[in-house]
Amino acid sequence: MSIFSDIGRYLLMLKGMFSRPENSKMYWKEFMHQCSEIGIGALGIVAIISVFIGAVSTVQTAYQLLTPLIPRSTIATIVRDTVILEFAPTLTCIVLAGVIGSKIASELGNMRVSEQIDALEIMGINTRAYLVMPKILAGLLMIPFLIILAMALGIWGGRLAATMANIISTGTYDKGLHDGFLPYNVFFALAKAYTFAFIISSVSAFYGYYVKGGSLEIGRASTKAVVVSCILILFADYVLSALLL
Amino acid sequence: MIELKNIHKSFGDITVIDNVSAVMKSGQCNLIIGASGSGKTVLMKCMVGLFEPDSGEILYSGVNFTELNNEQKTEIRKEIGMLFQGSALFDSQTVEQNIMFPLDMFTKWPVKKKLDRVNEVLSRVNLVDVNKKYPSELSGGMKKRVALARAIVLNPKYLFCDEPNSGLDPQTSLVIDRLIKEITIRMI
Repeated sequence: MSIFSDIGRYLLMLKGMFSRPENSKMYWKEFMHQCSEIGIGALGIVAIISVFIGAVSTVQTAYQLLTPLIPRSTIATIVRDTVILEFAPTLTCIVLAGVIGSKIASELGNMRVSEQIDALEIMGINTRAYLVMPKILAGLLMIPFLIILAMALGIWGGRLAATMANIISTGTYDKGLHDGFLPYNVFFALAKAYTFAFIISSVSAFYGYYVKGGSLEIGRASTKAVVVSCILILFADYVLSALLL
Repeated sequence: MIELKNIHKSFGDITVIDNVSAVMKSGQCNLIIGASGSGKTVLMKCMVGLFEPDSGEILYSGVNFTELNNEQKTEIRKEIGMLFQGSALFDSQTVEQNIMFPLDMFTKWPVKKKLDRVNEVLSRVNLVDVNKKYPSELSGGMKKRVALARAIVLNPKYLFCDEPNSGLDPQTSLVIDRLIKEITIRMI
């Protein structure tokens, strides 16, 4: 029964976000603050992970493609498609669920426990609109941007590994990148990015917003937000792949 | 004037408030006294709409608060200032930003006027040179006074104080008591 009650409260939280802002300027300021927190805050980890994922993909694909019947440029083609279709959107979002999701949940949880959310309510502010909406919108704007960056850095990391480990030349790698490129794959990756961005920001906000208790519960809510976000991301990944590919 | 009529509130099987009625006249400090855990905070939270009472009526100047929709409640809440037990200051903001927050949200005053108002309320709660400090850098008594300054910055019609003296030394408690009394007299 608890799951249905949680889904109901989650939907009510989303519904409650839509109201006329008390002061648009303040909402815009909060939105920009969240963009900076989500976008700039996760930039470093996304860059590091993407480069290494690309590099590892190249090395492992080369290891598995030992037959001389397949051209070496295929390594780059496989790395490109793997990074664009799966690694950049899904793996990056799993990491972002940990980085951004726990941050959102603990921030809102701390505000709830220390009565800061109550203080805002007393002032006559719709806290769902002021605290939750900017986080979701910032997530929807910044996470796809981070994923595009992850795609580029992943492919570049693969190129770097290919050259450094003497697997294939940069010319062959670049040729492989151009071979049979489907722009639809990027569209598919972005569809996943937007879906995952919404899951990460809204689910984490939900667990943080409804925290009850003390600091221990904030930690629990934060962990739960990450776990549930990850499960939903993997589930959505499967559904989107089945529907769109 | 605030009137409470037969307020009842329970959480699951536990009844916290059972049939409480009261009249709180304007221009007076109205006190709710009770043992720890007797439901004072719950009653106050019902009065400001943070909790929904199970039954009963809460009337603000004759208007039944419990029957209003969210937007109408928000309008009444704009006339309410509240000092929370744990101060509830925004810990990522400085003292100045904390107090200026309601002004930023609900007024279109120029920055100079807002800063003047912040300094005015800070001086009313006997705080100086704390504008740029963060709540974590303040003592418990100072936090309470900053929270009180934030609660009165918009000149609210109703001021609710939840255990304003809890955790404070007797001297700071007296300062807070005098401040609340002084603010009540000035608000009339």
